[in-house]
Amino acid sequence: MNIANNNTAQWIGLKILALCALSVILFLGIILFDIFNKGISTLGWDFVFLYPKKGMTEGGIFPCIAGTILVTMITAIFAIPIGVGAAIYLNEYAADNFGTRLIRASIRNLAGVPSVIFGLFGVVLFVDALHMGSSLLASGCTLGLMTLPYLITSTEEALRNVPNAYREGALALGATKWEAISTNVLPSAVSGIVTGAILGLSRAAGETAPILFTGVSFYLRYLPGSVYDEFMALPYHVFILSTQHHAIEQVRPLAYGTALVLLLLVLSLNVLAFIIRYRYRNFKAQ
Amino acid sequence: MKSIHARRRADRFFARMFSLAAGLSVLALLAIFGMLLINGLRLFKDISLSDFLFSSDWNPEAFGKPTYGVLSLLVSTLLVTFGALVIAVPLGIGTAAYLSEVAPARVRDTLKPIIEILAAIPSVTIGFIGIVLTGPFIARQFGLENGFNALNGSILLSIMALPTIITVAEEAIQAVPNSYKEAAYALGGNKFTTLMRITLPSAFSGIIAAIMLGVGRAIGETMTVLMATGNAAAMPHGFFDSVKTMTATIAIELGEVAYGTTHYYSLFAVGALLFIMSLFFNLLAETLAAKYRTKGQ
Repeated sequence: MNIANNNTAQWIGLKILALCALSVILFLGIILFDIFNKGISTLGWDFVFLYPKKGMTEGGIFPCIAGTILVTMITAIFAIPIGVGAAIYLNEYAADNFGTRLIRASIRNLAGVPSVIFGLFGVVLFVDALHMGSSLLASGCTLGLMTLPYLITSTEEALRNVPNAYREGALALGATKWEAISTNVLPSAVSGIVTGAILGLSRAAGETAPILFTGVSFYLRYLPGSVYDEFMALPYHVFILSTQHHAIEQVRPLAYGTALVLLLLVLSLNVLAFIIRYRYRNFKAQ
Repeated sequence: MKSIHARRRADRFFARMFSLAAGLSVLALLAIFGMLLINGLRLFKDISLSDFLFSSDWNPEAFGKPTYGVLSLLVSTLLVTFGALVIAVPLGIGTAAYLSEVAPARVRDTLKPIIEILAAIPSVTIGFIGIVLTGPFIARQFGLENGFNALNGSILLSIMALPTIITVAEEAIQAVPNSYKEAAYALGGNKFTTLMRITLPSAFSGIIAAIMLGVGRAIGETMTVLMATGNAAAMPHGFFDSVKTMTATIAIELGEVAYGTTHYYSLFAVGALLFIMSLFFNLLAETLAAKYRTKGQ
C-alpha cells in the first residue's frame, strides 16, 4: 500500500467528517440568521405589549406571549411534582424487578409517542372525559403528560449524582427514608432538577400539536380569566400567520416577529439552564 | 420533635405517593394505546380493515361515498421519512464520529451546546423556515410552481432528526472499548482507517439504534410536515409531489370533524397505526442499544 496515498485518504476522510459537523452548524446558523434578520425590525415594545389589531394584520402579540407563559405554568404545576416523585421512586426506592423495568420501558416509549397523539389523547381524556373543555387546563395537562418522560429522566440523573454517603449519613443518625431524601438528597440535587425542568418546559412552550385541539384559540380579545378559558399561544400564532391567515404575504413581518419572540423565549430558557448547570459544576469542583 | 409514629406515617405516605407517580407512566402509555384502539376500532364497524389499510383513497368528506384508505398517507409518511434519513444519516454519523474521535476537546465543548440548541428549536419554527426559505428555494432550483412537497418535508425533518441521531450515535461510538482502537493503531492503522474499519463497525448496533430513534422522531413529527409539504391527499409518485402525512391528516382534520362520526373514528385509527409504528421503532432502538451497552462493559 502506498503510504502517501493512505495519508491523503486519511486527510480527506477526516475533512469530510469535519464538513458534516460544519453543515449541522450551518443549518442552525441559517435558521437563526433568517429569523433574527427578518424578525428584528418587527420587534418592539408595541409588538410585545399590544393586542393584535385589524384582523391580526397590525398590532402586537401580547395575548400570545401571556397565553404561552400561562399554559407553561400549568404544565409545570402538573408535571413537576409527578415527574420528580416518579424519579425519586425509581432512584431511591425501586428494586431491580419486573415492575421497575416495566416503568422504565414505559417512560422511554412515552418519550417516543408523537406529539399529535398526545393531542388526540388530550381531547378524549382532558377535554371530553374529565369535562375540562377546550381550555388552558386541558392544554396544560396534555403538555404536562408529554413533558413527563423528559422530567423523570433528567431528575433521576440529578438524583443519581448525589453521593450515597449523603443518604447513609442521614439514615445513620436515625432519619426515616423520607427525611433523608427531603433534607439531604433533594437539596443536593435541586440544581440538576431545576435545569431539567427548565429544558422540559422550554420544549412544552414551543409545542403546537398537543394544544391544537385542547385549548388554543385563533384570536381572543381578552386574556383568559380562569383555567377553563381558551388562550392564544406563540407557536400556534406562528402557524396561523404563516398558513391560515387571509393575507399571508401582508402579515409575513408579523409572522417573523412572532417566530423571533418564540425563539428568544426558548433560547433564553436554554441559556438559563446552561448557566445553572455550569455554575453548579464549578460549585461541585470546589 | 414529632413522634416516631408520625414520622413513620409520613415516610410511608411519601413512599406510596412516589410509587404512584412512577406507576402513572405505565398507566399513561396503556391509556393512550387503549384510547386509540377503542376509538380506532369503531371505524371498522363501517368499513373493512382491508379498505383502510390497502386502499389509497383518503376522502372522508366526499359527498355520497366517503373513502378511508390510509395507504397514500402511510406512503407519504414513509417517503418523507426516507428522504430525511438519506440526508440525516450520513451527516449525523459523520458529525458523531467527528465529535467523538476527531474533534479537539475545545471544539467538542462548543459543538455539543450548539446541537442542543438545534434540538430545542420548536417544530413550528422549522415549519416556518420551510415556508419562507427552503420551499421557495426548492421551487426556484427545480423550476416548480411552489416548493411545498415531500422534498421540502424531508429536508426539514432531517434537521429535526439530526440532534437525536448525533447524540445517540456519539454515545455508541464512545462506548467502543479503547483496546479495539489501540490494537488497530498497533497494527499500523491510521486514525481514519481505524475509525472506518474498527470503531464504526464495533458501534454498529448503537448507530442503528440512533437511526431508528431518528426514524421515530421523523414519523411522528407534525407541525413541520403540516406546514411544508402542501397536504395533498394522493399517492405520491416522487419527492416533488405534495404529500399529506398521517400526522398532518390528524392535525388538519380533527379540527373539522364532527364528534362520533366515521371520519372522527378514522382519525383515531390513523393515530393507532402511527402509535404502533413509532412504538416499533422505539423498541427496536431500545433492543439494539441494550446490545451495545453490554458489549461496552
